[in-house]
Amino acid sequence: MVSFKINSKAVTFDGDQNTPLLWVIRDALNMTGTKFGCGIGLCGACTVHVDGKAQRSCVTPVLAIDGRSITTIEGLASSDDKLHPVQQAWLEHDVPQCGYCQTGQIMATVDFLKKYPKPSDEDIDKNMTNICRCGTYVRIRKAIHRAAELSTAGGEE
Amino acid sequence: MSPAAGQLAISRRQFLIAGAGVAGSLVIGLPLPATSAEDSDRMIGFFVQIEADGQIIIGSNQPEIGQGIKTGLPMLIAEELDVEWANVSVRQMPLGILKTETGFAWKYGGQGVGGSTGMTDNWDFMREIGATARGQLIRAAAARIGVPESQCRTKPGFVVCSSLGTEIPYGDLVEEAARLGLPEESPPLKAKADYRIIGTRRDTIDALDIVTGRANYGIDTLQPDMRYAVIQRAPVLNATVKSFDASAARRVAGVLDVFKIDGPAMGEPYAILASGVAVVATSTWAAMQGRAALEIEWNESASENDSSERFWAENEEMLKGDGQVVLDEGDFTSAMASASKQVRHQYRVPFVSHAPLEPQNCYVYVQEDGCDVIAPTQMPSGASRAAAAVTGISREKIRVEMTRIGGGFGRRLTNDYVAEAAMISKRTGWPIKLVWSREDDVKNDFYRPAGLHEMQAGLNDDGKLTAWTQRLVSASKYYRRPNMPDEELYGAELYVDDFPRNIIDNVRLEYFHNPIGIPRGSWRAPAHTANAFVIQSFIDEIAHETGQDPLQLRLDIYGEEREIPYANHGADTFNPGRLSRLVKFVAEKIGYGKELPQGRGIGLASHFTFGGYAAHAIEVTVADGKLTIERIVAAIDCGLAVHPNAVDAQLQGGTIDGLSTALGLEITVKDGQIEQSNFHNYPLAKIAAFPASFETHILPYNDQPTGVGEIGLPTAAPALTNAIFAASGIRIRSLPIADQLKA
Repeated sequence: MVSFKINSKAVTFDGDQNTPLLWVIRDALNMTGTKFGCGIGLCGACTVHVDGKAQRSCVTPVLAIDGRSITTIEGLASSDDKLHPVQQAWLEHDVPQCGYCQTGQIMATVDFLKKYPKPSDEDIDKNMTNICRCGTYVRIRKAIHRAAELSTAGGEE
Repeated sequence: MSPAAGQLAISRRQFLIAGAGVAGSLVIGLPLPATSAEDSDRMIGFFVQIEADGQIIIGSNQPEIGQGIKTGLPMLIAEELDVEWANVSVRQMPLGILKTETGFAWKYGGQGVGGSTGMTDNWDFMREIGATARGQLIRAAAARIGVPESQCRTKPGFVVCSSLGTEIPYGDLVEEAARLGLPEESPPLKAKADYRIIGTRRDTIDALDIVTGRANYGIDTLQPDMRYAVIQRAPVLNATVKSFDASAARRVAGVLDVFKIDGPAMGEPYAILASGVAVVATSTWAAMQGRAALEIEWNESASENDSSERFWAENEEMLKGDGQVVLDEGDFTSAMASASKQVRHQYRVPFVSHAPLEPQNCYVYVQEDGCDVIAPTQMPSGASRAAAAVTGISREKIRVEMTRIGGGFGRRLTNDYVAEAAMISKRTGWPIKLVWSREDDVKNDFYRPAGLHEMQAGLNDDGKLTAWTQRLVSASKYYRRPNMPDEELYGAELYVDDFPRNIIDNVRLEYFHNPIGIPRGSWRAPAHTANAFVIQSFIDEIAHETGQDPLQLRLDIYGEEREIPYANHGADTFNPGRLSRLVKFVAEKIGYGKELPQGRGIGLASHFTFGGYAAHAIEVTVADGKLTIERIVAAIDCGLAVHPNAVDAQLQGGTIDGLSTALGLEITVKDGQIEQSNFHNYPLAKIAAFPASFETHILPYNDQPTGVGEIGLPTAAPALTNAIFAASGIRIRSLPIADQLKA
């Protein structure tokens, strides 16, 4: 039995302890905002936060998060009126195309901006490794800079 | 449903069919099915619903694969309906299929996206739906207040009768409007000068749902009692299951059933892709673990000796012979013989995979009296056909719902995964969600055909092109078409009306088909991706080898605006002057001709794709074998840009797709097996590959839209490789670029 918190709610999982966190979130908890893209931690579509740090849930066995606290895209904002600055920036730059990778991109960016609150383009290049197959990178880059502005201007968190 | 509706001259349902008839898709008076849940008293036809509070719910009939159609088409309806965009929400419509005496008809018009036709095919249809609904609202208002229709007009969301000073909100009129008979003639449509929504900046309609994780994709489907399935497909192309041992798989907790799936017979057009063994379980992970525990023995395959090495060697050998001449204009042989200068080169374009980020998946529930399908598909009618073929259920009883789709790129034109899910649900009787892994996807695609192109050009003393030939050996994707004669296989690989037909006087195109066991299909901008690379590279080489400037040579070749007849997909005419305008524009924007430091260079390319025109100018640095893309300027002429945010997005995304593919992507085969499996050896480019200096420009042209989804892709790769040559003197004639710049 694994116990953890997801978006502040306590949950338990009593299936195969090696099940990747991704599939526990999607199939057992029926939360589908966290996406399956590659299954080997390369594309980042499954990015969630474990104790506030970005982690690729498709290569995180659920047993490794016993007692930890998970945040998924569904838990990032308290309501649609109070979006996280990164989500807000994504809307301002109309980033999504198909949108499939964007929840992972947003979760990765939230953590990235904690370490690089005013990132340069080079910081983005070195640290943002999520794949977008539609090629929204031009707008992702702009939205990251915008999110940094919004965050320092006193947005949420 | 209003009890009076059936008594009146025409029903809401007929109105929509009438609406579709206006666009030529259907005729009025089809037999009508019984009422269903989609009926509402507040709907004027199938696409327009108006709530009491003034909210407008517009139906979108096309699959949304990230091209923005779910925003763009409702913009057309909202424009003509005359409503505020802020009050609009959009509902994804399912496949609308009706059984008729002679076959099937399409209740919501043709549904399916491919070939950059989503906007062009629906441009008139959607505007007429909006205008017809607006006309009904005006008639309802006129009848209510007892004035002639001519005294009523609309302002966004209201019918206004100026003489009485009366304004009635649409929400108060909709139920009356929905019951009125339709006038005979089509409604008048707005003039371009009056557009308030078309051509304006509007954000992606689902953006809030996407950034909050609420947007549902096929893979997110959750249904009562749903089971999860995966399939172990043959590792060798076209191999079939000989026998299998499922005992270990069945011991995996959660595994419910294991059985064989039959693939198509070798050589038959593919309905489903591969033979394999299905594992059904209570979760995706359990199904995957069960699959890992399978022991399968495979039959020998006719493709087991297929290899990329052999394929390319055969291609070279074949080019030494004579192929099928598919275009022969002027007198190519003597023009080439009398040319004062000849240029000849070969170019190689590899197999590539679509790799949409949402792996293939499908929900199917086969029941006695029907079948539910929820599929991320570009072709919902194909999904219906696939499910019908597998289940034997008549197509009007197969309900196909579309989700938002995690990328298409042509992969989801083929509904193999729908057929698979239907087979599994039919066999088990359970509601099934089939999920592919990334490895399944990379190894079981319908890949872009690979080809070897030999180009030769002849020029006169003035440096003018007088003779041109392209000789192509490839594995045609048309092999999957039923009853396709061999002599028509070229049609998927060489679009004969493309440049340079009717531009250079003496042209010969020659084709050789080299079959291989690798499945092929449509990959975004199909043959244009190969041919734009080849032709735009070759023009660059001609310029350099004959002492001409690559920009000026293009301008000399394309010339001024004129309409050339065009019978290939996407347009009736080709206007090369529109390419002149674009390539000149991007060259000026990037500062073409300026002094550049050592190791820097600018490359240009321009191409006509499926009715739209695009050009790229790219500036790079090549230093110590390392390539840096410094700046990208891309421009598109898509006629009237209906939804400019989506046009920009497609131009940016097409550029990135073209560059990512050119930089490092190739599918290869060894011993009949695809060698790539996931993003470590099929490395889609990440953000770091693309510069912050990346501009897109929309150059408007007249008042009709062209498609945009594929137009921005083909010129990206040759602009890059031409820039690499300008920077380093290294000519890339074989894609991908990979490590060719390393010393």
